[in-house]
Amino acid sequence: MASADTTPVLELTGIGKEFGAIRALHDVDMQVRPGEVVGLMGDNGAGKSTLVKIIAGNFRPTHGEIRFDGNAVHFSRPVDARAVGIEVVYQDLALADNLTAAANVFLGRELKRKFGPIALLDHKAMASRALDLFGELRSETRPHDLVKQMSGGQRQAVAIARTRLSNAKLVMMDEPTAAISVRQVEQVLSLIHRLKEQGVAVMLISHRMPDVFAVCDRVVVMRRGEKRADKPIHETSPEEVTALITGAKEAA
Amino acid sequence: MSVPMESPISFTNVGRSKWWHRGIFASQTGYVLLALVVLMIAMRFASPYFFTEGNMQNVAKNFSFIAIATLGITFVIITGGIDLSVGSMMCFSAMITSMVMVELSAPGSLFVHMAADGKTIVANTPGLILLISVLAGLLAAFIVGLINGFCIAVLGLSPFVTTLGMLSIVRGLAYVVSNGRGSFPGGPDADLFYALTSGDVYGVPAPFIYLVILAVVMAVVLHHTSFGRHVFALGGNEKAAELTGIPVVRVKIEVYVICALAAGLQGIIISGWLGSAPANMATSYELNVIAAAVIGGANLAGGLGGPLGAIVGCVLLEVIRNGLVLAQVNSYWQQTLVGVIIILAVLVDRIRSRMT
Repeated sequence: MASADTTPVLELTGIGKEFGAIRALHDVDMQVRPGEVVGLMGDNGAGKSTLVKIIAGNFRPTHGEIRFDGNAVHFSRPVDARAVGIEVVYQDLALADNLTAAANVFLGRELKRKFGPIALLDHKAMASRALDLFGELRSETRPHDLVKQMSGGQRQAVAIARTRLSNAKLVMMDEPTAAISVRQVEQVLSLIHRLKEQGVAVMLISHRMPDVFAVCDRVVVMRRGEKRADKPIHETSPEEVTALITGAKEAA
Repeated sequence: MSVPMESPISFTNVGRSKWWHRGIFASQTGYVLLALVVLMIAMRFASPYFFTEGNMQNVAKNFSFIAIATLGITFVIITGGIDLSVGSMMCFSAMITSMVMVELSAPGSLFVHMAADGKTIVANTPGLILLISVLAGLLAAFIVGLINGFCIAVLGLSPFVTTLGMLSIVRGLAYVVSNGRGSFPGGPDADLFYALTSGDVYGVPAPFIYLVILAVVMAVVLHHTSFGRHVFALGGNEKAAELTGIPVVRVKIEVYVICALAAGLQGIIISGWLGSAPANMATSYELNVIAAAVIGGANLAGGLGGPLGAIVGCVLLEVIRNGLVLAQVNSYWQQTLVGVIIILAVLVDRIRSRMT
C-alpha cells in the first residue's frame, strides 16, 4: 500500500485544456504515488481522455504544471512521456495488424544484434521475451501469430506486454477491460496487481465499476472537465461514485 | 481475485496452424508464383522456342528492366503510399547520366581542366567519367525522392497527387534539359557503360545480376532490420507506429528516396540497353511497375509486399508478353491481358482470405 509520505510519481497542479472555445479540462489537481492504483472515472466527455492524453504527451495543457518524479516536465510528443517512464495502453490498442505479436510488443524498440556495422533484428530474443511476458499475463498468445488473427483479449495482452518492456513508473490503461471476456478481465486485473507489487503506479480509466473497486486504492471522478471527487476506495461506494459520475451528487 | 501466476500457460484451444496456411503458401505471392510455373510449363508445350537459351536470356533481361524499379516502389506500397513518378524518373536520371558523361568527355568542357594530351583530366582516368555520371543521375533521383517524401511526410499532401505532379514535373524537366531531343551516352567510357548495362556475365544478363543482388539486400532490410519493420508497421497502422515512437516522417521520406533511386538506376540501365535516353523514354512505365508489384502481392492499402513478389510480378508480365509473341498473337492483346491478370490476382486473394 502506498503511504502518504512518499513522493508522488505524478503530480498535476491546475491542469486546464481548451480547444478553441471548448473547455475540456479545468483546474485539475492530482497526485499518484508509486505502487498506487488510481481509478479514473467519469462519463463520456467528462475529460478523462483529455487528461490521459495530456499526461501521455499527446496534447500540451493550456494551463497548469505536470511534475513527474519530482521534476517539472513538458512533453511535446508521446515519445517524451515514454522516455521518462510513462506508458499508455490505448483504448484502440495501437497495434499494427499485419505484424506478429512479438513484433508489436517490440515495435519502436526492437532488439538487435550487431554484425560489424549493421544491426539486424534479434528475432529469437524478441520472441522468447514476448513469450515470457504473455506467460506472466497468462495469455494464450503465441509470439509468431499475426495480430490480425487474434481475439480481443490476446490483442489486449499484446498491448499490455508492451508496457512491461520498459521500466515504466506509471502505466495508464484506457478501458483495458472494455472489449474482452470475463476470464481475460481477471487476467488484466491480476496484471495490475503485479504492476502494483513492483511499485509501478497504475492509472485505470474504466467504465466498469466492479473492476475499479476490485483493484484500485483510490478513485478520482471527473465530470464536465473538473475533478469532482478523489477518495480512497474504502471510503466510498459504487453508489456514491455513480452519483458523482451522473451528477446526482455534485462533489465529494 | 488474482489468478495464480505459477501455473503453466496451456494452449488448449489454440493449435499451430498448418504449414500450408502459413508464410508464403498462404500469400498472394505464393499462388501467383504457382500460376507462373504453370504458365511456363504450358509455354513449354505451346512453343518449342520458349525454353531456348536465347529466349530465356531475353525474358531475364526484359523483366529486369522494370524489376529494379518494382523493388523500389514496393517499399512505398508497403507503407501504404504510391509513387507515380517512377517512369519519368527513369527517363530523367538516364538523361542526366548520359549528358554528364558526354559533357565530361568533351575537350575543354566547363568542369574540367585540360591535361597535356588535349583530353580532360577525368577522361584520363578510366571509369571515372562513368562513375561521376551515374552518381549525377542518381543524385537527381535522390533530390526528386526527397521532394516527394517532404511533400508527403512533412507537408501532409496525398502521395497520389504529389507524385502525379512529380510525374509531370520530372518529365517536363527531361524535355527541358535535352530540348526535347533526348541524349546519348558518349565519350571514352561509353563502351564500359554499355558493357555494364546491357552486357552479360557467362550468359547471365548484367541487369539480372543487379536485380538479384538488390532483391537479396531488400529482403534482409525488410525482414531483419528495424527500418524494415517500421516500413511494415507504417503500412499496418500509421497511428500505432507514431504512438510507439517510430520516426514516421523519416521512414516515409526514406521510402520515397529509395523508390526514386531504384527508378533512377533502372532508367540508367535501360538507357544503356537502348543506346540513348530519348525524352519520351519509359513513358507510362509507372503503370507496369505498379501492376507488377500488385500482381506479386503488394497491397495498395499497405502492410504487405516483398522482393520475391515484386520479381514474380515482373516475370509473370514478361512471360505473358513473351508468350503472346511466340504464340503469334496480336501483340496489342498484351495490355488487355495484363489488366485481366491484375484484377484476377487481387480477386483470387480476396476469395482466399474470405475462405480462411
